[in-house]
Amino acid sequence: MKNINLQGKKTTRHGFGEALVELGEKHDNVVVFGGDITGSVMTSFFQKKFPERFFSIGIAEQNATTIATGMALSGKIAFFSSYSAFAAFRNADQLRVSVCYNNANVKIGGGHSGITVGPDGATHQSLEEVSFLRALPNMTVVVPCDYNEAKKATIAIGEMYGPAYIRFGRSSVPLFTTDETPFTLGKAEVFREGADVAIVACGLMVWPALLAAEELKKNLGIEARVINNHTIKPIDGETLTKAAVECGCIVTAEEHQVYGGLGSAVAEVVVKNAPVPMEFVGMKDRFGTSGEPEELLEKFDLNWQAIYASTLKVIERKNNGNCEYRPLTDIPKYEK
Amino acid sequence: MFNEIDCNMNSNLQFSKVQFPNEKRVATGYAPIALEIRRDIVKMLTLAKSGHTGGPMGLADFMAVLYFGKFMKYSANEPQMPDRDRFVLSGGHLVPVLYSCLARAGFFEPDELSTLRKFGSRLQGHPGLDTELPGLETSSGSLGQGISIAVGMAMADKLVDHNDRKVFCLTGDGELEEGAVWEAAMAAANFKLDNLCWIVDNNDCQIDGRVRDVMSIYPLAEKFEAFGCNVIEIDGHNFEQIVNALDKFEQNNKNKSGKPTVIILKTFMGQGVSFMQDKYSWHGIPPTEEQAEMALQELK
Repeated sequence: MKNINLQGKKTTRHGFGEALVELGEKHDNVVVFGGDITGSVMTSFFQKKFPERFFSIGIAEQNATTIATGMALSGKIAFFSSYSAFAAFRNADQLRVSVCYNNANVKIGGGHSGITVGPDGATHQSLEEVSFLRALPNMTVVVPCDYNEAKKATIAIGEMYGPAYIRFGRSSVPLFTTDETPFTLGKAEVFREGADVAIVACGLMVWPALLAAEELKKNLGIEARVINNHTIKPIDGETLTKAAVECGCIVTAEEHQVYGGLGSAVAEVVVKNAPVPMEFVGMKDRFGTSGEPEELLEKFDLNWQAIYASTLKVIERKNNGNCEYRPLTDIPKYEK
Repeated sequence: MFNEIDCNMNSNLQFSKVQFPNEKRVATGYAPIALEIRRDIVKMLTLAKSGHTGGPMGLADFMAVLYFGKFMKYSANEPQMPDRDRFVLSGGHLVPVLYSCLARAGFFEPDELSTLRKFGSRLQGHPGLDTELPGLETSSGSLGQGISIAVGMAMADKLVDHNDRKVFCLTGDGELEEGAVWEAAMAAANFKLDNLCWIVDNNDCQIDGRVRDVMSIYPLAEKFEAFGCNVIEIDGHNFEQIVNALDKFEQNNKNKSGKPTVIILKTFMGQGVSFMQDKYSWHGIPPTEEQAEMALQELK
């Protein structure tokens, strides 16, 4: 592992908020738009430091997104951040036509994402936006794994030209990368070497992927390659194809619906270049519910144990032959 | 590039070569320019065999004043001129009138108007910035978005860059049924955007019928006033009133009134052609070749 050690816990939104200030210091054309919940998504740091470049638009995500487009078409690097349930759905048409069709330099910060927003319940648990956003031409989509990576990713999307989305969360999550951990937009990083199975994860599922790999090694001597696939789009086809060829089977893990997110993006690459058995860890076509983040992650099988189990299943399929027919009874039935 | 596009050119539908570059503006008077724009619209739509005819026809008079009067600063030779004023077309389906203005202003050759809506054309059915068509400021087509883009541009000019550029934005009246439009109105007043001129084409026609029947947006002037805008209601086919309204916007901007200007243009859909005039059925259809001939007979 490259510089991967648990250093405690911290939120990814802190990384986003602090990076905006850094970007503001470096580039005087960075402007930020608030949608009322600026303290929650930590754009308030930027507001405090650069009040003349911060604009409150109120509870109006469609307007904020499109005003940001107007600013971007006037040469600004325009960030708009709110909860991803609103900043990447309510404004879907605006993202498609105003932001992406104009190829405007607009960055969306999607806060309080995923099931771990917790007690707020299903309305606020955005689990679908990656699927929508990665289908938009010109859009870049990044899902950082911890505070440090959120910081690097925010700066990276600020310094590239074009529409981009960064996803971050509400609750504290393990902090395990450092300033030295490599990060390049569009480049998946191998966090742990191995060739028996590849676990491709993003966001807060990267840490449990590393835990699952350690357990696999300890209990069964299985060497799992763990890939941190922070950039969902553009996807790093090279690293993923190499993993498919060298490991022969893949498990993906994400805090998002299994339809259309990281797992789908990886499958698109794998099916085309090097078809191997795959298993998908993620939300299984259902809404969440209120609860504490840890309770919810366990309830919906978004933990190291779920990755571990999927890994054993996919290795078994690999050993039985890649193209084996799976009887219909083997398709998991999802409980209501 | 565009002359490779097959346009089935009928000789009656040839475009004139006349252009009205900066130095020749105003001097000719607005009427011949508006007439040329209407003739362009009829020809473009007929060749395209699809698209929106009525709305653009009703806007020819206003657009002739905006693009060929003294009010908007731009340069056809330098479309990206940093201190240019900007025109944002929010109702993307109205774009034939804009394409005609851009061609007649010298941004590109009028012949290219024959390529509207054709494969490979820079003149997309609804404007697309990816075509890099000179003079075009934004893509649009999904209603109710351009006005927020214009608000963003006006904020950049007034609140970030502190320059004296102006932003003009045109929406339809049916478009005001989109809720996001009122978010834009709220923001325009909230940020005191006196450098923003919002033009509403009030022909009371949308595809399904009269705006007042499909979903009433009235009372209109009172709504905008309540939002905090400086509202000017005029006859959209009267050049003097159009000039006066734009003059008032200029004053409003110079005096730093802190209020955005809304010009409500009372227009007729299909103005200039008797069989199109005030008929909402002409919103979303092109003329046939026979209808085009009749229309061009009237537009002389």
